Amino acid sequence: MSNITNEGLILACSAIGAGLAMIAGLGPGIGQGIAAGYGASAVGRNPGARGTIMSTMLVGQAVAETTGLYSFAVAIILIFANPLLGKLK
Amino acid sequence: MLNEVAPMLLSSGQDVDVGISGYFSYHLFGQELYLTTSHIGLVIILLAFVIFALIANRAIRHADPYKPPGKFLNILELLVEQVDNLTRENMGEAHGHKFSNYIGTLFAFILVCNISGLLGLRAPTADYGTTLGLALITFVLIHYNGFKYQKMKHITDLFHPLPLAPINIIGEFATPLSMSLRLFGNILSGTVMLGLIYGLLPKLLLLFGSPVLSLLHAYFDGFSGAIQTYVFCMLTMVFIAQNFDTEE
Repeated sequence: MSNITNEGLILACSAIGAGLAMIAGLGPGIGQGIAAGYGASAVGRNPGARGTIMSTMLVGQAVAETTGLYSFAVAIILIFANPLLGKLK
Repeated sequence: MLNEVAPMLLSSGQDVDVGISGYFSYHLFGQELYLTTSHIGLVIILLAFVIFALIANRAIRHADPYKPPGKFLNILELLVEQVDNLTRENMGEAHGHKFSNYIGTLFAFILVCNISGLLGLRAPTADYGTTLGLALITFVLIHYNGFKYQKMKHITDLFHPLPLAPINIIGEFATPLSMSLRLFGNILSGTVMLGLIYGLLPKLLLLFGSPVLSLLHAYFDGFSGAIQTYVFCMLTMVFIAQNFDTEE
């Protein structure tokens, strides 16, 4: 145990944190699935409005995706531009 | 078992390169700055656009109005018509045509940037500087049009239910942030995924062959890029058009 350096500990914990941050991908996945399901049922009820339903669904899904992308940004920062290593003096 | 398989899968000999790398450093105002992959990609894309614009301008100037248009001219007219229809549908008949220039430019630029991963460039939209710039242009346009069409009501509306004023103000500033992060995150996630697959699983790719890889490229660069372009333009149009609604 004693031969773990401070940098190594921070890097290891950052990698775990990045993995944990990506759990937020669950939410947008469920939300986009629900939106796609309702979109499909709307097309089934009114096939004439397919274009409008598609574009509304895609924009809604893209907005719902934002929280997932925040978590992705956190994970990317932890892996590629770790701010915690700089705190080590 | 794992000790034997893992080195075989991971023995790529090349590092995963998904980041932005600087090629040429220079000093400006006492800071060290770099010409990066994004700049080079942007220059290549802008040069391609300029050449396309020159050819298109030539074709339009030399067009004979008494003859049916040729192939190239037909495609140009189709593109312009599509953009005009898009803006008019989403921003209304009265104001839509004024924004077709901006939306068309935005659409073409983001689309070509996003799919430039297919051409071997690192997509310039996977750099936060590019997307933040685009989102700030949209932010300025939203508020310019807000003041133009609603005058001071644009400000007083923020304080309408007084307790909610801080949330409204933060919401206004969150708009460019979330728009830029959305585009950046989506394109960067595609870049990172492809970089990981290229860097970490070359042996697996040899096993499955290139169809898997081309499928991934088609999804991450082509499909995802096109969807995000559409979404960015759509949100720009919706946010700007909000200011027109209470006019009459």
